[in-house]
Amino acid sequence: MVEEEGFQRYLAHIILWIGIAIVAFPVYLALVASTQDNAVIANGQMSLLPGGHFLETYYQTLFVGTSGSTREPVLNMMLNSLIMALLIAVGKIAISIISAYAIVYFRFPFRMAIFWIIFITLMLPVEVRIYPTYKIVADLHLLDSYAGLSLPLIASATATLLFRQFFMTVPDELLEASRIDGAGPFRFFWDTLLPLSRTNMAALFVILFILGWNQYLWPLLITTRDDMQTIQVGIRKMITTTDALTEWPVVMATALLAMLPPVFVVVVMQKLFVRGLVETEK
Amino acid sequence: MANVTLRSVRKTYPGGFEAIKGVDVDVGDGQFCVLVGPSGCGKSTLLRMVAGLETITGGEIDIGGRVVNQIEPADRDIAMVFQNYALYPHMSVYNNMAYGLRNRGMAEAEIKTRVEEAARVLELSPMLERKPRQLSGGQRQRVAMGRAIVRQPKVFLFDEPLSNLDAKLRIAMRVEIRKLQRRLNTTSIYVTHDQLEAMTLADILVVMNGGQVEQIGNPLDIYQKPATTFVASFIGAPPMNLMPLRSDELTSQIAGADGAGIVGIRPEDFVITAETAAGGVALGLTVEAIEHVGAETFVYGSRQREERGVAANPGELPPGEVIVRVPGATGPAVGERIRAVAPRDKLHLFTADGRKRVSP
Repeated sequence: MVEEEGFQRYLAHIILWIGIAIVAFPVYLALVASTQDNAVIANGQMSLLPGGHFLETYYQTLFVGTSGSTREPVLNMMLNSLIMALLIAVGKIAISIISAYAIVYFRFPFRMAIFWIIFITLMLPVEVRIYPTYKIVADLHLLDSYAGLSLPLIASATATLLFRQFFMTVPDELLEASRIDGAGPFRFFWDTLLPLSRTNMAALFVILFILGWNQYLWPLLITTRDDMQTIQVGIRKMITTTDALTEWPVVMATALLAMLPPVFVVVVMQKLFVRGLVETEK
Repeated sequence: MANVTLRSVRKTYPGGFEAIKGVDVDVGDGQFCVLVGPSGCGKSTLLRMVAGLETITGGEIDIGGRVVNQIEPADRDIAMVFQNYALYPHMSVYNNMAYGLRNRGMAEAEIKTRVEEAARVLELSPMLERKPRQLSGGQRQRVAMGRAIVRQPKVFLFDEPLSNLDAKLRIAMRVEIRKLQRRLNTTSIYVTHDQLEAMTLADILVVMNGGQVEQIGNPLDIYQKPATTFVASFIGAPPMNLMPLRSDELTSQIAGADGAGIVGIRPEDFVITAETAAGGVALGLTVEAIEHVGAETFVYGSRQREERGVAANPGELPPGEVIVRVPGATGPAVGERIRAVAPRDKLHLFTADGRKRVSP
């Protein structure tokens, strides 16, 4: 990159700062709102400086919940979301890496047909197949359960494709060397293929965790009990009130709390994530 | 310690392509056998069949008195060195070598002894904890060798192990491999397309072409008495000069050329002289190009139109061109007319189709 001198350099920085401000302001606003008194916000007199109700609001949000709409503590919602997101991410990776292994390394009847069937499911996201999926989950008595929340979202054509492409770049000689070294199909998968896929798995985990965490429609449909609510559904329920003021500080605190786990995952996995996207370790 | 015997081994791919058309080879205990041939001749396929990585569609492969056709690679008691080394990228050098032993359930102490011994021999001791990507090409190659050695197999299989190295390293490693094999005295089969590598390494040289064996024998015997024109032109660099014997001056010169259709003369068997060799060959050439190598000089000359040569196989000379090797750095100048003479006993005579050596 060419280093600019003087004015141009400042200009670039100013533009960048404006960008950051635009992105960060709503987050700041949420933070400020979560520390103020609800009556003040409702009056439309909210200050842009933090108020004094920080501990109070966050204690209420995490451990008590709103007094009106949904009385579920947000900590519980976060736990539900976390379990769902982890099940989806880990489940998707496990299922897809195994199916990609089968498709790439084994010759069995209708191998290509099965591959294309998996590929076609890409065109059928949850929203499209929502009625039959709901019916199946209901018939299996999985409503209001973690299995019901995660299972229908686990099958993943995208991740299968990704692993398939990666496996195809692994040199055949590695498999042959393994065979000569006395490693059967399971050992080859476990000792060689899995360690080589580490960075790919990390990148996928980040993407899939966030995908799972942000699920809204499916959890909304199949959870009815308050204690099975996920945080994304919870926020929505908090806002809609019938005969009371919306408790904006609690809503804002919940929104901020909902951001934390994805941010945490990205920060922790960032190094592996970037490596998984840009390079393949061979 | 084992013999490797191939009995009319065949390989036909499902599409009907016949990669190996019946090969018989017998490699004695402790011998170094080299399979050589142009790319696509089936030499790698044959090696992979011995390894068990390709199925055998006909014939038998026998390792140490046991027919291994239906036996898994791991149970054939062989070790293989691959062209691209095929090291496990995520394992340290130590683990790369130890992996095969662990899979066999060997005790960790015994593994340690073997790996350290191999590392010492291959001068890899300081690098045991490194990953393959932190090693140079030559070092990776040695790790691949180490992985084969620690197994103490009956047979080593090498699939063009040196072709990814630069020229200097290749020669050094060639010598290393030969020394190592001599010391371990393990039966080895080595695939290469480099005829020089083949000549220098082999106890038994197998020259292959189009899925068939052209000639099997001691490298020097093959060099001195190639059985077909293919072998004649493939073994030796620069290649042997092959010229058809038609009703021209060549035929009348050669004594006892009955039944022969092609005469072959190695570049080093020519002498540039005004004298004639009784019963031999004397060619009038116009010098077209000169190659100075330092210790020797190669003269590319062209013959008159009616004496054009045959070029039936790849790697042969263009028709009408003759290469003459002159020792030292002095030779004729481009454009000069010379007379190249070869004595009768240096001539190789073949039938007209090039498939058979006539005599001697």
